Amino acid sequence: MGGLDGFVITFLNLEVMAEWLPKIASGFVLTVALAALIVAAGLALGLGLAVLRAFGLRVLNWGIILLVDVFRALPPLVIIVLLYFGLPGMGISLSGFWATWLSLTLVLAAFAEEIFWAGITATPKGQWDAGKALGLRFLPILFRIILPQAVRMVIPPLTNRTIAITKGTALASVVGVAEILGSAQSAMAFSGNPSPLTLGAIAYALLFLPVVGIGRWIERRAALPGR
Amino acid sequence: MFEDFVDSFLNLDIVLRALPILWRGLGQTLLLAAVVVPLGLAGGMAIALLSRAKSRWVRWPLAVWTDTFRALPPLVLLIFLYAGLPFLGVDLGPWGAVALAFFLNTGAYYGEVLRAGLDSVPPGQMEAARALGLRPAQALGLVVIPQAVRNVLPDLVSNTLEVVKLTSIASVVALPELLFQARQAQSVTYNASPIVAAALAYFVILWPVVRLLSRLENRAVAGRG
Repeated sequence: MGGLDGFVITFLNLEVMAEWLPKIASGFVLTVALAALIVAAGLALGLGLAVLRAFGLRVLNWGIILLVDVFRALPPLVIIVLLYFGLPGMGISLSGFWATWLSLTLVLAAFAEEIFWAGITATPKGQWDAGKALGLRFLPILFRIILPQAVRMVIPPLTNRTIAITKGTALASVVGVAEILGSAQSAMAFSGNPSPLTLGAIAYALLFLPVVGIGRWIERRAALPGR
Repeated sequence: MFEDFVDSFLNLDIVLRALPILWRGLGQTLLLAAVVVPLGLAGGMAIALLSRAKSRWVRWPLAVWTDTFRALPPLVLLIFLYAGLPFLGVDLGPWGAVALAFFLNTGAYYGEVLRAGLDSVPPGQMEAARALGLRPAQALGLVVIPQAVRNVLPDLVSNTLEVVKLTSIASVVALPELLFQARQAQSVTYNASPIVAAALAYFVILWPVVRLLSRLENRAVAGRG
């Protein structure tokens, strides 16, 4: 096999690609579904934890901080493997899909809580005082005055972190989920040709290049002066 | 219920038996981190310096390069290098594939961080250093880069934490690091305790870094607000 010809037949074999395209496409759908469920649940849980932390109950806050630290310190793949292989020992069986969803949701929630909390603490104290002077109680101040400002402040770091964690959906292939990488790997095994893997890489690029671009745009917009 | 939990997650007997291979795995994980972090930093610094070039023929391909490797999940890249390249007769082996994948992936991330750092140093610093008679490389290495690094230190630490955590994906290509050894022990004993022990090891090593970051980040946001 000559250089370029060999490369094309090996990695860009159209025949093989056409054969396995439907499989990769269904993997694509699964990746998008998994990612959407992680983003929705992770951000909601993260915001919920940050709101709970704002109540300033000492013991509860220690619990939240410990939980957040654990899921920031552990590698996501370790958590996925632990839930997937560990829980059946307790009689709880989680499919690879839901084990990955739960793991990455907890990881995203931990990072999101930290980021939301940083936004809440960065909102000037005068905003709380002004709310009180208007006769508002704690919750209305938090939800109608503090959070709208805090959330706006933390959108850039939150977007970047969310994108990074969403890419972790590829880890689901390790616990047998046929998302993009998983289906590309099995297609490669069946066809004896790595072109499905190229197809998988293209699918990821299609999915994440726009997302990375949007993240960059948001970051640049937020960096503008006079925000 | 509680006994079940202890038996399947905190089984001391099994952890003690697995301890020698877990210990070796930990050594490999630390070695891996010691290899891939400097590799990523070197790649990132090269990207950051090149992206300051005036020519768009340098900047453009570089932006495509960075975005591509930021868009590809690292595990996809690793599988491609480990399982794909051998079809071309290029067999990198686990270590080679992991090193190259981390160089490409984490290099792109470090590159973004370091570029922001270099941008944050006023041009007057370079000019002043040159006026003092330093050569361009000296001015860069002794004046500009130290300030750039200091300005983005929280992001550098945060990125490094992610890189160290990411070394766990090397288990997928059978590099015998901590997670790989824990899974071996788990599959032999049908018990998850070795994985819990591995998780504990990661936590003990990385928790101080997480605490440090939490402080640095809060300070950064507070300074902005």
